[in-house]
Amino acid sequence: MRTTLTPEQITERLAKRFAEGVAAHLPPGEGSTRLAIVRRDLLLDVLGFLKSNPELSFDFLMDVTAIDHLHFEDPAIGERFAAVYQLYSTAHNHRLTLKTPIPEDDAQVPSAVELWRSALWAEREAHDMYGIRFEGNPDLRRLLMPEDFPGFPLRKDYPLRGRGERDAFPQYLDSGPVSRPVAAASAEDAPEGPGNGEGDGE
Amino acid sequence: MNKEREITDKPVEQDPPDHLGADLLQKGLAEDPDYRGEHPEPRFFITDETEDDFGGRMMTLNLGPQHPATHGTLRVTLKVRGEKIIAADTEIGFLHTGFEKLAEHMSYQQWVTVTDRMNYMSAMNNNVGYAIACEQLLGVEVPRRAQVIRVILSEFSRLADHIVCNGLAGMDVGAFSLMLWAFERREKVYDLMEAVTGTRLTTSYTRIGGVFRDLPEDFDELAKNIVEEFRSFLEEMRSMTIGNRIFEDRMRGVGVIRGEDAINWGITGPILRASGVAYDVRKAMPYSGYERYDFEIPTQEDGDSYARFVQRLAECEQSLDIICQALEDLPDGPVLSEDKKISLPEKDEVHQNIESLIHHFKQIMFGHGILPERGREVYSATESPNGELGYYMVSDGEMNSYKTRVRPPSIFHFAVLPQLIEGSMISDAIAVLGTLNVIAGELDR
Repeated sequence: MRTTLTPEQITERLAKRFAEGVAAHLPPGEGSTRLAIVRRDLLLDVLGFLKSNPELSFDFLMDVTAIDHLHFEDPAIGERFAAVYQLYSTAHNHRLTLKTPIPEDDAQVPSAVELWRSALWAEREAHDMYGIRFEGNPDLRRLLMPEDFPGFPLRKDYPLRGRGERDAFPQYLDSGPVSRPVAAASAEDAPEGPGNGEGDGE
Repeated sequence: MNKEREITDKPVEQDPPDHLGADLLQKGLAEDPDYRGEHPEPRFFITDETEDDFGGRMMTLNLGPQHPATHGTLRVTLKVRGEKIIAADTEIGFLHTGFEKLAEHMSYQQWVTVTDRMNYMSAMNNNVGYAIACEQLLGVEVPRRAQVIRVILSEFSRLADHIVCNGLAGMDVGAFSLMLWAFERREKVYDLMEAVTGTRLTTSYTRIGGVFRDLPEDFDELAKNIVEEFRSFLEEMRSMTIGNRIFEDRMRGVGVIRGEDAINWGITGPILRASGVAYDVRKAMPYSGYERYDFEIPTQEDGDSYARFVQRLAECEQSLDIICQALEDLPDGPVLSEDKKISLPEKDEVHQNIESLIHHFKQIMFGHGILPERGREVYSATESPNGELGYYMVSDGEMNSYKTRVRPPSIFHFAVLPQLIEGSMISDAIAVLGTLNVIAGELDR
């Protein structure tokens, strides 16, 4: 039986089932769709309910990403980070956006890999870009950045042009910082004395 | 923007190399100052010491990132015993360019050019998907003519993408002519793109609220010629492969993925439909007026490489049908929204008319431009040739988006690759990779 529900109806059902653990949030503006904001400790219960309830049956986890609310505080979230889940049901053809607030001093959230395998790489990328740990994800290696990269580039306090990592990848630094000041160093910092000038026959 | 550029253009100060130490680690990870992300060992579960019953040894083999059969900078590390793949692990990110970070620093109109570089095989579909997301964010109506133009060009772009994928997949298993034929046919589509957009590959044709300019006068004729030639070309491609013993032996039964597994792994597009699940965004949640056209969603049952090949051919037929209907359906009228807060005025008007000059100024100058409502957010999905292309955007009321996330279909397709090839032969891995159509630009962004 195919019954497409609106996001309003879905969030209503969630609120009925999980009481104050789930809040429905309507972004401003005409035509906005309602989204569900779930407390972190209830996240896996809510996701499991969304997947297994026959009226909802969200079989697709389309995407997992995160937001850094450092410069734009959202009262509905109230924390620095939020994980964002995009769900879709092939059986009923409805969608839902779900968010979980994540505090800055404890940046972790339970992983949804047990429910949907698509979370494996989507969470890996969110972890790579925001430094949020998805507890229970078996493969939290960096996905896009080099594995020894020190920062989390999509955080708002990470500058657009980086922090000079191009000049300081550890593997290139065995013989000191050779990248930029090569020319300058040879002219000014070269030790004086015989054997260093030009034409010493080496 | 200018002010910011001044700041960031200053050379990076040369600190000692250990300046990448604790001060770089974000606060919030204070409880674990050494935390730099987790990088455990590769996923391999069999060590080199393991011997098989015949005393054979394991070998590690790198497939890519510079291997001709990977069609892009993808790296697959294989543990093989003889020709058999025991375990596989993947690595991506070689083409990572920070598109999502750029979106937070460029205006909404500017970022259209960046979307070209994601799935460069079908840039138009990326353009259209992004424009639709922005229009939902702003609540803009698109003129009917612009919508139909978008549909026609998206479908042409889909055709080019599908046949090149099929041609390359054919080349990987030895049918070299397929690739040459496919590229020849794609050139015709690119000629059309050039006539309309001015560029062949990186189209950047859409604007928020419509498209950048109207179609050329002879467009109808050009398009119909290509459609005609395409039908016979598809027939040629069929006759070369369907029932061909070598081709079928290489493609059948490799890389099988069942429908429910495909859903669980987040796989969309032709690969999902080749596994028997009829999910297509154009039908499920129509956009740009796709509900007006009569087309079907073909599906296959087997879910193997062969099914994916056949699926792409079948989808080409549907795209041709859509194009024919849309060409008949093409209405007259403007191609760009008349809302002067959204669309740039004509250049002639700007030079001659003070109001247009003001509109132009208000859009171009820093701090002005297109400003969606603060706190508004959308997730908008369109059907790209590879599958569901999603844009999740959040606005903080400024001229650039606060958060833009692209849901690229390829990333989910590539994630499943190790599962598909473990236990098969190395040559099968090539046949699987060819039909997954993983585009590195979209994968890494």
